[in-house]
Amino acid sequence: MSTPFYVSPQQAMADRAEYARKGIARGRSLVVLQYADGIVFVGENPSRALHKFSEIYDRIAFAAAGKYNEYENLRIGGVRYADLRGYTYDRDDVTARGLANVYAQTLGTIFSSAAEKPYEVELVVAEVGETPEGDQIYRLPHDGSIVDEHGSVAVGGNAEQISSYLDQRHQDGMSLAEALKLAVQALSRDTNGTQREIPAERLEVAVLDRTRPQQRKFKRIVGRQLARLLEADGAATEAESSEEE
Amino acid sequence: MEANTRSTGRLPAAFLTPGSSSFMDFLSEHQPELLPGKRQLPPTQGVIEAPHGTTIVAVTFPGGVVLAGDRRATMGNMIAQRDIEKVFPADEYSAVGIAGTAGLAVEMVKLFQLELEHFEKVEGAQLSLEGKANRLSTMIRSNLGMAMQGLAVVPLFAGYDVDREKGRIFSYDVTGGRSEETGFAATGSGSIFARGAMKKLFRADLSEGDATTLVIQALYDAADDDSATGGPDVARRIYPIVTVITEDGFRRLTDEESSEIARSILERRLEQPDGPRAALL
Repeated sequence: MSTPFYVSPQQAMADRAEYARKGIARGRSLVVLQYADGIVFVGENPSRALHKFSEIYDRIAFAAAGKYNEYENLRIGGVRYADLRGYTYDRDDVTARGLANVYAQTLGTIFSSAAEKPYEVELVVAEVGETPEGDQIYRLPHDGSIVDEHGSVAVGGNAEQISSYLDQRHQDGMSLAEALKLAVQALSRDTNGTQREIPAERLEVAVLDRTRPQQRKFKRIVGRQLARLLEADGAATEAESSEEE
Repeated sequence: MEANTRSTGRLPAAFLTPGSSSFMDFLSEHQPELLPGKRQLPPTQGVIEAPHGTTIVAVTFPGGVVLAGDRRATMGNMIAQRDIEKVFPADEYSAVGIAGTAGLAVEMVKLFQLELEHFEKVEGAQLSLEGKANRLSTMIRSNLGMAMQGLAVVPLFAGYDVDREKGRIFSYDVTGGRSEETGFAATGSGSIFARGAMKKLFRADLSEGDATTLVIQALYDAADDDSATGGPDVARRIYPIVTVITEDGFRRLTDEESSEIARSILERRLEQPDGPRAALL
């Protein structure tokens, strides 16, 4: 049996990070934006059934870019974590911060364990507060680091470019239609700067809406409501979106 | 196993193992001691005294179903609580009312609600109404050991079946035996009297308003003859909990709405203590 070559820890980590980043870059990017009444999740997703965004708990949702089976696994782990915690203590004791920490630990352990291949995923955990100031958005890259974000976040292969586009244009207190349109514009810019069209059927949109009367604030936006929000422009949207509720 | 929800460590393997969409199945593998059914009871002499919930009634009408309960919990011949809540939403399209040992029943409802929500989140789709009713059966069956010691829980489950587009009612016995009821059903100590009242008042073409009045009439009759069932408490402003489930989902009548119905029934009962009369033939 031959002895393995020595690889420095720096080199090993750099290789693993590159492997994970390449995997994530193969999928499409997605964005998460704060708007006046909550947080909106927008991504390009041709599938109706295999979601990138989903509900974790009352006020907490999850978004992921990268390898489906890996983030689906983490999503279900998160639902189990949240439900067990809420069952053991109280529904109010389930927080995005707690969940993000658990994900960070999990991703970090996997990333630095030589026995496992690193996960090719990048996650966002978001919690809608009673007011926009209370909103929390955490971005979790493949290596288990954790970033507390405000306003807008993009994850996935093309994230840096989309982020800088969003940072320049996102404002506090946007209406849902405005935020949605900004998100679609950001997603439909190609790396070389040209715009392409993303039809509504290929968009997956969900919100955490603090104005929902139910305890569970997560809601998918589909069909007619989505089409209406995309068509409506600026001023007219306020009335339309509030009518929807 | 150690790094469970109490710490902020890595998710334990059980959390990331692909498996069932059931929260109860997950608990029974990961932390079985948290499941009510897995509890070991110490040997006891005789029946354990604990507050009991009493009467729950349900009525279907075209387009939905009404589930209602009185507010009294009793311990032997004592009133343990005057304003207990015994009717809960199970999810958007169903509700569960409980009779029997109150503490265990409330715990069972909490787990049942979570079971339905967990399934919905994991699968991205709701269970069928039939599936929900079966899940409740399993939970009652797991409580059989305690039921034998006098701590029985007997729920009534009602919901709107979105596939069949109608309201449906399921009743249970202590062993988890499930049966679907047509029209109306009742459970708990006052159920005999409530069922008698409903049998005389029920028609297939009730409106939603008629159905809510009917259940409060039935609860009144149950309270009239069963000391463990509480009638509308006008002095303390405690009125029955009435819930309606239709195509639009679950809705609980506000205190104003249920007090208004209860007060008009009381008014009529002052003149006619036995309530509305059914035709002889």
